Amino acid sequence: MTSSDLSLQSVAQDQSRQARYARRKFVNRIALTLSLLAMAFGLFWLCWILVETVRLGIDGLTLDTLTQMTPPPNDEGGLANAIYGSFLMVLLATFVGTPIGVMAGIYLAEFDTKGWLASTTRFVNDILLSAPSIVIGLFVYAVIVTSFKSFSGFAGVVALALIVIPVVIRTTENMLQLVPSGLREAAYALGAPKWKVILSITLKAAQSGVVTGVLLAVARIAGETAPLLFTALNNQFWTSNLSSPMASLPVTIFKFAMSPYENWQKLAWAGVFIITIAVLGLNILARVLTRNKS
Amino acid sequence: MTNPPPIKMARSGPVADRIFGWLAKGAALFTLGMLIAILMSLIISAWPAISKYGLGFLISSTWDPVKEEFGGLVMIYGTLMTSAIALIIAVPVSFGIALFLTELAPAWLKRPLGTAIELLAAIPSIVYGMWGLLVFGPLLATYVQMPLQAIFKGVPYLGAFFSGPPVGIGILSAGIILAIMIIPFIAAVMRDVFEVTPTLLKESAYGLGATTWEVVSKVVLPYTKTGVIGGIMLGLGRAIGETMAVTFVIGNFNQLDSLSLFQAANSITSALANEFAEAGEGLHQASLMYLGLVLFFITFVVLTLSKILLSQLKKNEGAKT
Repeated sequence: MTSSDLSLQSVAQDQSRQARYARRKFVNRIALTLSLLAMAFGLFWLCWILVETVRLGIDGLTLDTLTQMTPPPNDEGGLANAIYGSFLMVLLATFVGTPIGVMAGIYLAEFDTKGWLASTTRFVNDILLSAPSIVIGLFVYAVIVTSFKSFSGFAGVVALALIVIPVVIRTTENMLQLVPSGLREAAYALGAPKWKVILSITLKAAQSGVVTGVLLAVARIAGETAPLLFTALNNQFWTSNLSSPMASLPVTIFKFAMSPYENWQKLAWAGVFIITIAVLGLNILARVLTRNKS
Repeated sequence: MTNPPPIKMARSGPVADRIFGWLAKGAALFTLGMLIAILMSLIISAWPAISKYGLGFLISSTWDPVKEEFGGLVMIYGTLMTSAIALIIAVPVSFGIALFLTELAPAWLKRPLGTAIELLAAIPSIVYGMWGLLVFGPLLATYVQMPLQAIFKGVPYLGAFFSGPPVGIGILSAGIILAIMIIPFIAAVMRDVFEVTPTLLKESAYGLGATTWEVVSKVVLPYTKTGVIGGIMLGLGRAIGETMAVTFVIGNFNQLDSLSLFQAANSITSALANEFAEAGEGLHQASLMYLGLVLFFITFVVLTLSKILLSQLKKNEGAKT
């Protein structure tokens, strides 16, 4: 082989290497551009939905929306009874669900971290966390509505509470695990019994995290429609009676949005606006709380 | 004066401890009991339909409340089809978003963008549903369906996919709305598992001269494979169980007479949402409960798979570091 042959070969090699490098860079650029587009695509929907909700929501929002009862078709009215019903059911469900969720979270983080009961509970909790909420509605219907023979606000509260529990369990357990064990040991060394250590040391240290979990749970149930459809049903009137059917904002929105009446649709948009603001507000509040902590 | 602490105080510890322990254990058992109770109550309420139709329920497409003939095929088809469309759209997009958030975005953008995507996940599904019905559906009909119908008019087989009245309601709309809903879930899980990849591995690849895409496709993806699939399963579980977003736009039509993507159809969840409160006690209600049981079973399997896959990633992680 002469030297000119060799240099020719190396030139050819160099060229093919250059070409391969150019192709790799090209593929890389395409992939990154697509990734950028995907991000833009995701944000595009978020902006579109929010803009439409605000535009159409504010359009339908008046003082009457907050003070008047839900109207019959083609009549003036508001959403006061639905907002009140939602508020009452969410409040009660949170009060019922939170203690159970917190206690189960304590069990998983403090009492039994590795046993079969703990791992089974953790597994079941993860399933319940993402189980279809309409199935919870079916369950409460089968157990409560059929035995009392009527739809009731009480059944709605139970259905929502069953959705609160898994969310609270998950966050409570995670937050308690973040508490350094030095704190616990210091308290034990002072002779504190376990319940006192948990209630006044670890739970207190994890307080803001647990509150965040409860807020997220509230945000989740505030927008839930499916479990209320055949538990609390709906009610045209203002009621605080938990044994009668009770109106809620999501169910009212569902009914109004599917109707052909223009005033109902307008109210539905106002309702969607209220719910979106409330849920996003709660989520942002929850985020701020945990950020301050870390 | 050094009085010893009162003895009663010292003894109250163990008793209170035991009570507290029971309470905690009780709460954990309550959660377990919940799953069993849900399953039992569904089976008991669905029993009339189960004993009458057996598994044939799953492949019969008659749904006739008047004649009391029930079969779940239409709804099961609708649920699976909309979820499949949602996954086809959502998986690549979520992957792109996760890639962007972990490798591409400048540090100051990562947090706000990540938060924005997570907020998208928090919006109640009824908002998506209503937006889909009143804003998105009409646009889809005008700008997508009508041109497609014009193009494929008279084309055999393919034309059938796009037939139907141009109202923007049907399987495709439901699939798209579901996709928008599950993108944030899948993207958030993917981002989290991508971040699990040890920096050392990535830096070694970069050091050998790999491009960003090569690092992601040849180092990060193989390392986080199970986690990524777990995240996709989690999104699938959401899509299958989603009620409101689908109910608004799917059209609630209980017949399966064309394969058109624009044909109004029904899903398990929307059949439940629309018919259950009005269904008379008896076979109609039992059949709906049967559908609920099928739904619960499908999501249970999907979520269990997702959980197993995600926990496998954690195990590998422990083994390698």
